[in-house]
Parts: sequence; structure tokens; C-alpha cells
Amino acid sequence: MAGTDGAAPGTAVERHESAPLPSGVAVISDDRVENPGFPPYRPRVSDTDPVKERQNERRVFWLFLASMIGSVFAVVAYIVFPIHEGDLGSVRLNNLFLGLGFALGLLGIGFGAVHWSKSLMDGHDMVELRHDTRGKPETIARASEIFTLGNKESGFTRRKLIRNGLLGALVLAPLSAVVIFRDFAPADDPATLLKHTMWEKGTRLARDPNGVPIKASDVTIGSVFHVIPENLNDSEHPLEEKAKAAVLLMRLNPEDLHISEGREDWSFRGIVAYSKICTHVGCPVALYEQQTHHLLCPCHQSQFDITREAAVIFGPAKRPLPQLPITVDEEGYLVAQSDFHEPVGPSFWERSL
Amino acid sequence: MTATATTPATTETKAPTGPGMRFVNWGANYIEDRTSMSGLVKELGRKIFPDHWSFMLGEVALYSFVVILLSGTFLTFFFQASMAPVVYEGSYPTLKGVEMSAAMASTLDISFDVRGGLLMRQVHHWAALLFVASIGLHMLRVFFTGAFRKPREINWVVGFLLFVLAMAEGFTGYSLPDDLLSGNGLRIIDGMVKGIPVIGTWISYLLFGGEFPGEAIVGRLYMLHIMLLPALVIAAIGVHMILLIVNKHTQFAGPGRTEGNVVGNPIMPVFAAKAGGFFFIVFGVIMLIAATVTINPIWNYGPYDPSPVSAGTQPDWYIGFADGTLRLIPPGWEFELWGFTFSMNIIVPIIILVVFLVLVAFYPFIEAFVTGDKREHHMTERPRNAPTRTAIGAAGVTFYAVMWAAASSDLIATHFRLSIEGVTHTLQALLILGPIIAYIVAKRISIALQKKDREIALHGYESGRIVRLPGGEYIEVHEQLSDYERWRLVSYDDYAPLMVRPNANGKITFGTKLRGVMSRWFFEDRIAPVTRTEIEASKHGHH
Ligand code: HEM
Ligand code: FES
Repeated sequence: MAGTDGAAPGTAVERHESAPLPSGVAVISDDRVENPGFPPYRPRVSDTDPVKERQNERRVFWLFLASMIGSVFAVVAYIVFPIHEGDLGSVRLNNLFLGLGFALGLLGIGFGAVHWSKSLMDGHDMVELRHDTRGKPETIARASEIFTLGNKESGFTRRKLIRNGLLGALVLAPLSAVVIFRDFAPADDPATLLKHTMWEKGTRLARDPNGVPIKASDVTIGSVFHVIPENLNDSEHPLEEKAKAAVLLMRLNPEDLHISEGREDWSFRGIVAYSKICTHVGCPVALYEQQTHHLLCPCHQSQFDITREAAVIFGPAKRPLPQLPITVDEEGYLVAQSDFHEPVGPSFWERSL
Repeated sequence: MTATATTPATTETKAPTGPGMRFVNWGANYIEDRTSMSGLVKELGRKIFPDHWSFMLGEVALYSFVVILLSGTFLTFFFQASMAPVVYEGSYPTLKGVEMSAAMASTLDISFDVRGGLLMRQVHHWAALLFVASIGLHMLRVFFTGAFRKPREINWVVGFLLFVLAMAEGFTGYSLPDDLLSGNGLRIIDGMVKGIPVIGTWISYLLFGGEFPGEAIVGRLYMLHIMLLPALVIAAIGVHMILLIVNKHTQFAGPGRTEGNVVGNPIMPVFAAKAGGFFFIVFGVIMLIAATVTINPIWNYGPYDPSPVSAGTQPDWYIGFADGTLRLIPPGWEFELWGFTFSMNIIVPIIILVVFLVLVAFYPFIEAFVTGDKREHHMTERPRNAPTRTAIGAAGVTFYAVMWAAASSDLIATHFRLSIEGVTHTLQALLILGPIIAYIVAKRISIALQKKDREIALHGYESGRIVRLPGGEYIEVHEQLSDYERWRLVSYDDYAPLMVRPNANGKITFGTKLRGVMSRWFFEDRIAPVTRTEIEASKHGHH
């Protein structure tokens, strides 16, 4: 019998009868305070007062009635508040009234049931005895006997050769399935793909997103342009290409730029172009502070100093943003001299191989 | 107890008559003859559930999951998990004619062209936030009350898996609409995966079906989101519930309650009514929020594009701690060796997160090792009565909280007009100092509360009533506790540090030494429970 219904107040407390288990560093004192047993039951008003009981009954019913009204209201709201194409207000009203109806339908049931249980159902605490989680000794003995029989009748531990054969086969079977994951992606080598972008000699720098090429003369000092390769939108995978090729273009006072050896001709009259893909984990680095010439990545706040070739001055990123070497073509449009000289974006294992 | 339908069908049981009852009786017998259901009803029908507000947190988690299943199923009837580019022609004016993925377009359609669609999206998202939050609070309840002790260690691990699965469900779901924010979240995952040594580049490549973002990821995450992960969640919830029934519920100390009993309400009818009603309340509250508060307005963000800015945007709250850890790494943590790139700025956060989660998962086994206590424990402890555990928990919560706050470092900086550098450096310091301070403070408070409990158990409450003794001396009258009241204060498990002794071979093993050190750490500052003798003595002192 799982439950003895109703604890008589003040009954002696049942002792936990089980084989004593090691109690480790627990301190078990003979001088412990004794459990006083259950306190007497304090009746609720509705246990003693029939008027209150009927009142509670009515209250529960009102709650269920409110639920019914809510559900009907939801159906009505669905019809009365339709969505009109292009009218966002109608979406909002539909959402609001339909939701309120549903909510009332649900809350009425919920509060009604809880109120019923608390005020009208038997309020006595009841007691159930616990038993050790561990089974009875006979049961455990029988279980281990079953395993012993299984072992004896199959020879699982005796016939070592076939047992090990089975284990080997079981390990290999799923392992062989690993290969089928290769075609989750095309045949290329990701490390090679990541080292190239769409930029090549002569690609015009164009505005993001409309693809209009940028003339050097349009770039005034202090301005900043979000840039894509001119032919990006014709490429086969524009999003993948953009995720590597996005560039920021800024014009500074040429004397503000600290240019290192070998990069003297990568800029044009103070116009510089840097990869927009953060070298941390790849967010677009697109907040430019004109006074300080700092670029800020919104994701983890790495900051890059454009006057010092986008060196990291704060945040978790390690490497400067790669610079795109640029120049102008004969019509005065800004063009790339080549691809980036290093992989753009987040670091990866084979990055400098 | 009245007789229920448990006798063989040949002798139909006598049950209350009346037209309705006769049908119910016939139905019960019909099912019984074919399923032997009575056994289950007998075993579970009057199972006892103890009552305490904190025991409802797990219920909230369970019920919000049911709400998620219902609303999610509705969404699947409309959502298209495809990244194929389409031109949006739905009824949201500002995005008309914009190219986006079918996933994004169908999510917009759910929001603007299906009556109740937006409501179901918002119910789904709010329920998801509540689901993860309630699991987290439920875990804290179990931790701080020691409810993870034997025999419930395995159920703690199952619950932990549920927590991780819930976060995975949330992240995969957040990525499905393929809007600007969800794409940005995936970009960060992509960057983190690429930073994993040796296999990272390949894992990212295979996951995204080519280069980021590709056209595969939404379809793949969709499969995980609506099939694999829910199946695992349901299986884990099943195991969690079965173990709950086998182990029975824990209960707080109270007069009459012992390690050998469970005191509370039976499933039939009180608990069923309360819990069933509570499901509707949770559902109703989620519905109310979804009806009135917008969440994830993807139409404001637009479709994913790798280039636009998105400052000040936040991931869903439960991803914050991971994002925050990334932000707290100081500059320059990356190096090359033999031509390979070691992105410590990614590897270290991943290690921190994994170690943190592993410690959480294994905590019950650590404490079991320290106490060496092999008995079953069914009484929940008050946090103050396990000061070291409480302090460890407080340190863990603080560590998590700092990582989490770091995910909003930019908002903190702009909101309070501080420099981002200052906020970041403060949080870096807090990540290390915060848990230490929290540990010390929580331990002090616990011990102070224990001392106060002792005082009250022995001398009663201060009644605030001052009387003048015949000798002219003023004293405050102390109100003595009843035995019932006192019992709550004096019944708790008491442990002392291990005396390290050589074993039978005269050796002190490494394990014993370690346990000695750890048990000293745990139990050195110990307030022993009040004893019978002390109570007797105090009674005599108060005549
Ligand atoms: C614990 C489990 C789950 C969590 C935490 C969760 C969370 C989420 C979240 C945060 C979203 C984004 C919603 C938005 O647009 O704002 C989402 C989308 C979605 N979820 Fe779930 N979800 C869960 C389980 C499920 C299940 C079981 C189903 C299907 C039966 C489902 C179906 C969907 C669908 C179809 C979408 C995309 C539609 C949309 O974004 O509006 N989800 N989920
Ligand atoms: S992605 Fe730029 S700082 Fe993390």
C-alpha cells in the first residue's frame, strides 16, 4: 500500500528502517532533538462554515465561466479583427484581442482549478512511506542471477574471441558511417577557399548595397564608404562573396597615416581600404569614429586604429584588419590592385600555412 | 477509501449508479480488461507530492515546454526552412520587393498574413525564454537545497542535459527566421568554430555546407530544431519524470516529516487539480505577454546581409554568458606555432564555458566524495545549513552573472556614459574577484543565520515586550518556540572535517588526503545543531 491516507495529528513518527550505510563525515549525535510529530490540523473556513463553502464553490464556477467567455471572445476576435493587407494596425489588433481571449480562456481554467483544489478539496496533509531506492535483496539476487545465467548460457565472457569480435564490429560499424558526412559540403578545401576573395587587379570599388562604382574625387576627407566589389551582385554566391569581400573605405589626411614599408602605394591620396570583416569572429566592423580614426566592432568591441594600419588597440581581436591595396583607373574610379595579401575574417587553424 | 474498479470483469464492481456513472463504469472496465490500468492507478493515483513554492519552478519548465510544442507545431505548418532567395511580396510595406531567403519571407508571412500567426510566434518565443529561465531557476533550487544528493545524482545530470538541450533548442530556433540578427549570431558561431584547433575549419565548412553563410544552414538547423533536439528533450524529460517517481520528491524539514516519509497532497485529486490548473496559468500568462509585448520584430532588422551594422543588439538572454566571455578576453591572445594558428581568444572562452558546465554537471559527485556519506537524503536543506555549498553556489552564480553582464558591456557603457574600456576592465576584474567576494559573503551570511537560528531555538524570539523586574532591572521578554516551530530550526545534517588516518596497510592514500583537505574546506566552520541537552539547559535558565 503506497499511501496511508491522512496523518493523525501527533502520531509517533515512523522510523526509517534500513541497513545502516556509511555516513562518511556526518556527525550522528545521540543528543539530537526529537521530531515532535505532526501538528494538529487547522481547519479552513470552508471546512467548518457551509456558507463559505458555497461561496467558494460559486467563485470557482465564475472562474470557469470567465474562461468560457474568453474562449468565445477569441473566436469572435478572430473574425471581427481581420488583417488588412499592408495595415500594421490591423495586425496589432488581431494579435492583441485574439491573445487576450485565449489568455482569459486559459487563466479562467487555471485559477478555477487551483482555487477548487485549495479551498474545497481535502486539505489534510497525507503521508506516504519511503522505501530505499535500492531493491529488496531477493530482487537484486535474482537480477544478478539472471545476468549470470545469461552469461553462462551465451558464453559471453568464456568465449573471449567472439566477444571481442562482436565489440570490434560494434565499434567499427558506426565509425564507418563517419565518411558520409564529407559531402555535407562541396569537394573543395575550405582552407584554400578562405584565402581568396573576389577582389582582383582592376575590380572597381562600389557602394554597398547598390553597386555604384566610387570615384576617388567623391571621397572627401573624413568620409567613409561601405564598399563591395562592383561585380558582386552578378556573382554566383553573392552572400558568401560579400561575407569575405566587404570593405570600408575612408579618407584621412595623408600625414595622419603611418604607413609601413611595402605598403606605400596601397593607398591613394589618403584614401585607404580595409576589410570590414572583424578578425575576431567575423562581425562587420562598421562603426567609424571620425575624430579618432578608430573602427569599432559592435559584437565584442574590438577597436582598430586606421592611422596605424588598423592595428588592434582594444578588445579580443588579435590581428589588424587586412588592407586592400587600391589605386585609380584611367576614368578616376577606385580599383583594387590585387586581392588582399592575407586571409580576411576570423582566424582559422590553417590560416598561415 | 472507497472501492475502485479493480476486480475482474466477470464480477462487475459495484460503483455509484446513475446514467453517467454507469457509462464511466463500463468504460473503466473495458479499458481495464485490455490494459490492466488499475495497477498503475493504484501505484500512482495517491502518490504524495509535498508543497513548497520553489517546487513549482520545475513545473513551469515542463509546462512552458508543452506550450512550445503546441505553438511550434502551428509554426511548422507555415514556415519554409529554405535559404533560396525570393523577392518578398507579402503585406509588410517597407520590405516589399526586397530579396531575402524563403525562410525570412515565410516568417514575415506568419507575422503579417496569417491571423494569429504573429501571436503564435510570440507565444513560441516568450515560452522559449521562460523555458530556459525556469530550468535555470529550478537547477538553482535543487543546488541550494542539496536535493541533488544521493539517490538523485543521476537525475541532476539528466536535468543538466535538459538545460544544455534547451539552450541548443533556443539557439537553433533563433537562427531559423534568417533575419539580420539571427545571421549575425550564426556568423559568431562560425567564427568560434573556425577557431577550434585542427578540425575547426572543416567543422564550419561541413556545418554550413560550404562557405559561410551558404544555403544549407537554416534547413539543417530546422531538422535539429523540430526533430532531433525535441526528441532528445522529450526523452530526457521522460527519464527525469521516471526517476522523480522512483526517488519520490524531496521535502523541507517540518514537524512529522522524516527521511522515511513524504508528506503532502496526493496526486488524485489535489495535486492533479493544482498542477493541472497551474499549467493553464503558465499558458495563460505566456499568452497574455505574447498578446501585449512584441518580441523579435524581424521586420525591423531586415534579411541577413554580412555587411550592415548592428550595434547594441542582444542575443536571447541565455546565450549572453557565452557571448560575454568572448568579450572579456584581453587583446592579443593568438599565436602561431609550426605555421598553425592558435586562436586563444576563442579557445580560452570555449574552455572556460566547458569547464564551468562540467563543474555544474559533476558537482553532486564532488560533494559526495567530500562527505563520504552513502546514505539517502530526502530532506531538502536550507541553504544556510550547508554554508560552503551555498558559498560555492553564490560564487558560481556571480561568475555566470559577470559573463552575462559582459554581453551587454556596450549598453552598460552607453547607458551610464562610461568608456567601454573602463567597463570591460572592471568586468574582467569582477570575473575573478566577484566570485571570491560572493563566496566569502555568502558563507558569512549563512553562518550568521545559523547562529541566529541557534539563538532563537534556545532562547526564543525577542517579543519586543520590556518588563521591569522587582529588582528594578529591565529585561525584554523572549517568546519561547513551540516544539513544532523549533523543529524546523534544529533538524539538519551535520558534518565535521575528516580525521585523516592510515588505512589497514598503515598508509594514508592520496584519496584520503584529498578528502581530508576538502572536508576541512567544507566543514571547518561548522555550527552544530542545537541538542536536547542544550534545550533542557536553556529552559532551566529561563525560569
Ligand atoms: C525547447 C524547445 C524549443 C525552443 C527553446 C524553441 C525556440 C525557438 C525560438 C527562439 C524561435 C525563434 C522564434 C522567432 O521567430 O522569434 C523558434 C522558431 C521556430 N520554432 Fe522553436 N523552439 C523549441 C521547440 C520547437 C518545436 C518542438 C517546434 C516544432 C514542433 C518548433 C518550431 C519552430 C519553428 C517552425 C520556428 C520558425 C518559425 C519562426 O521563427 O517564427 N520549435 N523556436
Ligand atoms: S567579432 Fe569583432 S570583436 Fe568579436
